[in-house]
Amino acid sequence: MKLPPFEYACPTTLSDAVALLASHDGEAKPLAGGQSLVPMLAFRVASPSLLVDLRKLAELRQIKIADDGVTLGAMVRWRDILDDARLRKAHPLLVAAVEHVAHYQIRNRGTVGGSIAHADPAAEMPGIVVTCEAKIAVVGKSGARVIDAANFFQGPLMTALKPDEIITEIRLPAWPAKRRFGFQEFARRRGDFALAAAMLFYDEEGGKAGNAHVGAIGVADRPLRLPAVEQVLNGNKIDEVTLANAEAAASASVDPHDDIHAGGAYRKALIGVMVERALKSAAA
Amino acid sequence: MTVPTTRRATNAFIGSPIERLEDLRFLTGRGQYTDDLTDERMLHAVILRSSVAHGRIRSIDTAAARARPGVHAVITAAHIGDIPTIPLRHDPLPSSMRYVQPIIAADKVRFVGEPIAVVVADSVALAEDALEAIAVDIEQLPAVVDRDAARKADVFLFEDTSSNVAGTITATLGDTDAAFKDAPYVRREHFKVQRHGAVPMEPRGLVADWDTAKQRVTVSGVCKVPFNNRRALAQMMKLPEASVRMLEYDVGGGFGARGEFYPEDFLIPFAAKVVGRPVKWVEDRRENLMSLSHARDAACDLEIACSRDGVILALRGHAFTDLGAYVRTNGATASRNISQIMSGPYRIPHVRMDVTMVVTNKTPSGTYRGPGRFESDFCRERLFDMVAADLGIDRIEFRRRNLIAEADMPYALAKVHVLDIVSECDSGDYQITLDRCLAEFNWAERSKLQGALIDGRYHGIAIGCYLEGGGTGPRENARLLIEADGKISVYVGSSSVGQGVETVFSQIAADALELPMERIKNVFHGSTDYVTEGFGSFSSRSIVMGGNAIVDAANRLRALIREGAAQRLGCAANQISFDNETVVGPNRAMLELKEFAGLAADGTHASNKRTYSYGAHAAYVAVDPKTGQVALIDYVAVEDVGRIVNPLTLHGQCVGAVVQGLGGALLEHFIYDENGQFLTGSFVDYLMPTASDFPSIRAVALEQKPSPLNPMGTKGAGEGGIIPVGGVVANAVAAALGSLGVQPHELPLTPPRVWQLIQDASSR
Repeated sequence: MKLPPFEYACPTTLSDAVALLASHDGEAKPLAGGQSLVPMLAFRVASPSLLVDLRKLAELRQIKIADDGVTLGAMVRWRDILDDARLRKAHPLLVAAVEHVAHYQIRNRGTVGGSIAHADPAAEMPGIVVTCEAKIAVVGKSGARVIDAANFFQGPLMTALKPDEIITEIRLPAWPAKRRFGFQEFARRRGDFALAAAMLFYDEEGGKAGNAHVGAIGVADRPLRLPAVEQVLNGNKIDEVTLANAEAAASASVDPHDDIHAGGAYRKALIGVMVERALKSAAA
Repeated sequence: MTVPTTRRATNAFIGSPIERLEDLRFLTGRGQYTDDLTDERMLHAVILRSSVAHGRIRSIDTAAARARPGVHAVITAAHIGDIPTIPLRHDPLPSSMRYVQPIIAADKVRFVGEPIAVVVADSVALAEDALEAIAVDIEQLPAVVDRDAARKADVFLFEDTSSNVAGTITATLGDTDAAFKDAPYVRREHFKVQRHGAVPMEPRGLVADWDTAKQRVTVSGVCKVPFNNRRALAQMMKLPEASVRMLEYDVGGGFGARGEFYPEDFLIPFAAKVVGRPVKWVEDRRENLMSLSHARDAACDLEIACSRDGVILALRGHAFTDLGAYVRTNGATASRNISQIMSGPYRIPHVRMDVTMVVTNKTPSGTYRGPGRFESDFCRERLFDMVAADLGIDRIEFRRRNLIAEADMPYALAKVHVLDIVSECDSGDYQITLDRCLAEFNWAERSKLQGALIDGRYHGIAIGCYLEGGGTGPRENARLLIEADGKISVYVGSSSVGQGVETVFSQIAADALELPMERIKNVFHGSTDYVTEGFGSFSSRSIVMGGNAIVDAANRLRALIREGAAQRLGCAANQISFDNETVVGPNRAMLELKEFAGLAADGTHASNKRTYSYGAHAAYVAVDPKTGQVALIDYVAVEDVGRIVNPLTLHGQCVGAVVQGLGGALLEHFIYDENGQFLTGSFVDYLMPTASDFPSIRAVALEQKPSPLNPMGTKGAGEGGIIPVGGVVANAVAAALGSLGVQPHELPLTPPRVWQLIQDASSR
């Protein structure tokens, strides 16, 4: 359980960090909060030649709230989100999701950028950025670019990031004050990875749901949007019939694999239940 | 709540809620665990473990590893020569002898985690780097991954045995076949308890130091059975026992698994001899999960015969236990208990249990708190609830009708044939704990909620009874010494696994000598330096055996003091009395205890009869049928332990045991894939109960029926809390989901499993 040998650098500017990452033939890794990477090193399932520690890059630690939405610096920690009272209005779904992230100690260290770059299919933050259609700003040796969350996740622990690229910001679109939302997660124990979780929001127009966004984690090789469920919701009242239709549509949308914690059939049913319960709490 | 230890004493400490003497040390960071031991000459060992479940070793190339910086030695079977095997400490079935474990893999590997090589280096990190440079070429063989594959007998773990069956243990009472033949009601069910085990907070660790000049070895970090392990290591290293010292430090939990003789108990002392410097090895959690003995993993066909009015006529069954790759020190113990204890605290005149032990390519198993008892209680208590429902008899009434009565004591349990073990329940009124549990649980009120669907969850309650064997012999030894300041030092062959022996032995010694507790200066335990013969701590024996040995030593010490005082005061010994630290003769002549400094007495408690604690547990659960989640709303444990030495430590042990049982009932599972790969090598995948999972557990201990087998009347305690948990929780789940027709037959009751049971029941 000791880390394999590696070089370590702790740059003070983003451009130095990018240069360092680019200097190791794809064998360098950025170190954000270390809550996934360090255990992988301890198990020796990852052995980068260089760790580029991002902790001194103050510009990645900001939470910006503006009319066009919430921008989270990549090094914003879960604890920063929970401690920022503004976010409970500016993005309550984000806050609800972060409350489910792992355990107290991990929330003190883990970062939003690290979670997205790690791309665990059962992690909350990837689900949030996909559901909310966030933009992910990255910078690499060939410059800065912005990736749509929908295109960012490519499989378990696989993303659109190039080896020399660092996530700088996550841009969540503006959140109308009256928007309805729900987040429901089921894990074996509090703080465990989700067996399945649903996150959703919609805007009410004349007692009916519109602009529905429904996301799911833990049920595929990456976070999913569930357009079939959104279709069920848009233009409809959230009543017993809609709830039942949404539950069925959610289950029908996914085809999860078996693993040691749950079979695919269970997860398929579970995501329906999570969507139904998230909707109920949104409508309450 | 707690009693100051300075209180003037006359038999005042036994039974009092004395705070643990150990706690101040632990809470102020002064505990000393194996990994705390340091020495500037110390080197560090790590173990290369097989990543293959079953294979033939073609070659091991250590040259590159030996050339790595900071590496002092790389040890493989080739360096050791004759490879010793781990001796069987308990229940040594002749048929098991061919399945014992070599202390390092020489020609075959039989489970993922089996030691192949030891690297000794300047640091753990350097040693782990070197470990990656060892090239092992293994010809993979098909893995035998479960009991069915083991019995198919097309692949053998030990080719020369032509069988993967390491033996069958049979226990009988009466004539089962005759009883079944004429029975008006029979029911047969199949049950399974999953592989899980003890996961102590402190993983195993050892520091070994070889003294070249004196040709002797000191091993620190041992626990549980140091004297036994000294004997084993001395034989393996071809040393006289006197040349092997075993030192016990603080131990962060044992639960039956830690402290048995493992391969590392030889490999680390051997490595220390090779490098001529102290060598430390502390396993990491991944190693701990794959190399500390696993447990449970039993499947059982169980059949019951009853009269129509619910009197049990007979019980018979056949269990298959999956021991993993080898039969280790106490590998057969759980199987033996399943055979003998399946009848539990019930009067069943005819019993026959066969337990067949198979080997598979998994981590070897051993005892874990309540070995065999947790498994048998799950099977029996589940079956009882089904039978009671069949017969239309209330579940409590069914148990009440069949509990062993106080008038039946001593009550003989089934005889274990091949090991020739007989045992009998020593004392008890089993109705008392059942009644108390019902009252504490508020059963009458809660039974109104039985099966109710409230806010989307089904509510259910259940109760079950159990028996806890303890106080295992053959004997234990203690020595009490009067120090220069007149205080008493206690030396005892029992060991600490974190259960608070310093506290309870101080209470016992203080009361036996009628002294205040602070006059007990030290309790020396666990190391082989302290007494000439010790047996250690297992099978709920420390208080019964060690405690009564201390009482015996105290009586002898007092006799010696009387004699000495009589001589000095010129009177008869029977004219001497004691008043705290003062020895009083005729005419108020007085001597202080310190005037007897250096005086010591040895005491022994010997018994081949076990004590039997007993009790009843009740659980209240709510089950979410959409997710399969079982929430524990309330849990009550009531036990009678004969005599309570310390209600605080007992309460802590009982609640801890219940939580461990809930882990086994709901969460914990060692899982392998079809190739024998170990899939639960971290706490992400092996789910232990955490502090917030089970907030409501209540424990009540009684001392209604002391044991007639020892002077204090004590019985084994602390282990019992785990025994009925699986059965009681599963019965509560069955009760909650009764309207759906759900009948759990297998643990753990994970949300996916409970959900699947509901799907299966609704599609029937």
